[in-house]
Amino acid sequence: MGDNPYVIFDHVQKSYDGKTLVVKDLNLEIQKGEFLTMLGPSGSGKTTCLMMLAGFETATYGEILLGGKAINGIPPHKRGIGMVFQNYALFPHMTVAENLSFPLEVRGMSKAVREEKVQKALDMVRMGAFGGRRPAQMSGGQQQRIAVARALVFDAELVLMDEPLGALDKQLREEMQYEIKHIHENLGVTVVYVTHDQSEALTMSDNIAVFNDGRIQQLAAPDVLYEQPDNAFVAQFIGENNTLLGDVIGFENNNAIVEAAGGIKLKALKVACGDSGQTQLSIRPERVHLGAQDENVVDAKVEELIYLGDHIRTRLTVLGNSEFVMKIPNSTKQNMPTIGETVQISWNSEDCRALDA
Amino acid sequence: MALPIYASTGQKIWYYTFRVICGLVFFYLIAPIFVIIPLSFNSGDYFTYTPEMLALKKEAFSLQHYYSAFSDEWRIPLINSFKIAIPATIFSVTLGTLAAIGLTQSHVPFKKAIMAILISPMIVPLVVSGYGMTLFYAPLGNWFVNSFGMDETSVRFLRVIFAHTVLGIPFVIITVTATLASFDNSLTRAAANMGAGPVRTFFKIQMPLILPGMISGGLFAFITSFDEVVVVLFLGAAETQTLPWQMFNGLREQISLTILAVATLLIVFSVLLLVTLEFLRRRSERLRGVEMVQ
Repeated sequence: MGDNPYVIFDHVQKSYDGKTLVVKDLNLEIQKGEFLTMLGPSGSGKTTCLMMLAGFETATYGEILLGGKAINGIPPHKRGIGMVFQNYALFPHMTVAENLSFPLEVRGMSKAVREEKVQKALDMVRMGAFGGRRPAQMSGGQQQRIAVARALVFDAELVLMDEPLGALDKQLREEMQYEIKHIHENLGVTVVYVTHDQSEALTMSDNIAVFNDGRIQQLAAPDVLYEQPDNAFVAQFIGENNTLLGDVIGFENNNAIVEAAGGIKLKALKVACGDSGQTQLSIRPERVHLGAQDENVVDAKVEELIYLGDHIRTRLTVLGNSEFVMKIPNSTKQNMPTIGETVQISWNSEDCRALDA
Repeated sequence: MALPIYASTGQKIWYYTFRVICGLVFFYLIAPIFVIIPLSFNSGDYFTYTPEMLALKKEAFSLQHYYSAFSDEWRIPLINSFKIAIPATIFSVTLGTLAAIGLTQSHVPFKKAIMAILISPMIVPLVVSGYGMTLFYAPLGNWFVNSFGMDETSVRFLRVIFAHTVLGIPFVIITVTATLASFDNSLTRAAANMGAGPVRTFFKIQMPLILPGMISGGLFAFITSFDEVVVVLFLGAAETQTLPWQMFNGLREQISLTILAVATLLIVFSVLLLVTLEFLRRRSERLRGVEMVQ
């Protein structure tokens, strides 16, 4: 974290009804030029945070600072923040060019300057020839590009995006993810992006704030979030994850010794488990190997094999958990297990994290 | 809906009966209006179809009642009707639109009760509200005359205009509320986000999109004022005689066929007004692409 964060949420709380807090003591710093994603299930408070930043909701407690200034008392139309809405919110009675021109007109720019900026913004999203169209005459993906161009056309330094790709089909969504990422890289604007789609968050972000229950569970870069989740919620929410329950019975260096079902002792990296009591072990499917070559070896019964081309997704029963998944690379087809067979699987203790139960 | 091939005899009978019923309903609604139109070309002075008319004799028809329809006796009430209906429509549309916007905000309390009060002029019998308005506006008019030095005639006009505004507002509220139901509130947020203040947002974003509702409501308000006779009879004076007032008096005092000529002109005018505005409204909706965006 740098010394001069561009956006600061300082002990922000939000309640709609005066009783339950939707956002509980939120502290967040966003650097200039950063692409930060607020990721979480619906109802986790992420959209509320974005709306508070845009000025459409007011914080019940705490302060939001933008460029060093508190903005709690500034109305939305004086904040100068660009925003892409979930349903695009293009003005249906205006052409695309008029839509983009609107924020420039508000700022009193001359016609010539407006036209130049509008064309530049349209070219940026590869929609240069669509200035004369009306929103209703375009596809969802095209409308989405226009919405992005409109949020950027008035040179806002901060752009908020509220699940902007939610309404698009999968292929278009992926294409737009890269496009938005490239626009961010080229312009150097600060982007705060809200989504519930974790793959979208992993693809696009510099940093991801994982929201649940009105709190940030973990704020980290995508790779850190995936490989080193701080708690059981993050491990479950980001990517595919296997969990095993056990009791902490001792420690050895950085590892916890955990007794799992059937008295089997496993070693796992101590992350968020207590000094004793129950813990939840988290292992990514791709870190589990067939055979006994790694530190922790257990017996597993093969329940299901799904052929996925490059790998075979294998569902096993491990220590009473019948939803345990591992990925067997296709190259080892010669000794592929069969359904019903009991095999040995193993993993390294640094790939297994002992988290809160 | 065409009759399917597999229709039973019963279904076939009902299919044609239904069409006959629909035709009868239209006939029942429209015949009383149309029956006066040929009568207005009567060359005599009787409210009946003469044997000569039925025989389509040329001398039985004339435009004489139309000539008298443009005499001062009718022209002044016509001008008065416009003098009252146009400002009343403008006030109704302005106030009704503001009320509709207010009533669709989530934070406004007692919305249903407020709505019921604002709509009530449409439901309360006109004789009742007309009498109430007489009692209410008489001292108010005097107060205007005494405090602002307004002349009596303008005050009388103002009284009728205000009364007709009240009668027109419910129509505007209903039509504008209906268009606002499909208005996407994120559009006003988007406008604010781009730096537009509330006033600019209203005139540039919200108003163009709810304009069809405002036009429909305004049309109803105009027709209401233009056709209204009860309140005018209660509140009006010699100076404020409107077209319906004059027709009512004409029917009561001297039965003249000029009334039928005026009525025919009014029918033509109303139909033209409705058709034109409906055409304009559809055209603007289509241009704005409103119906395609949800």
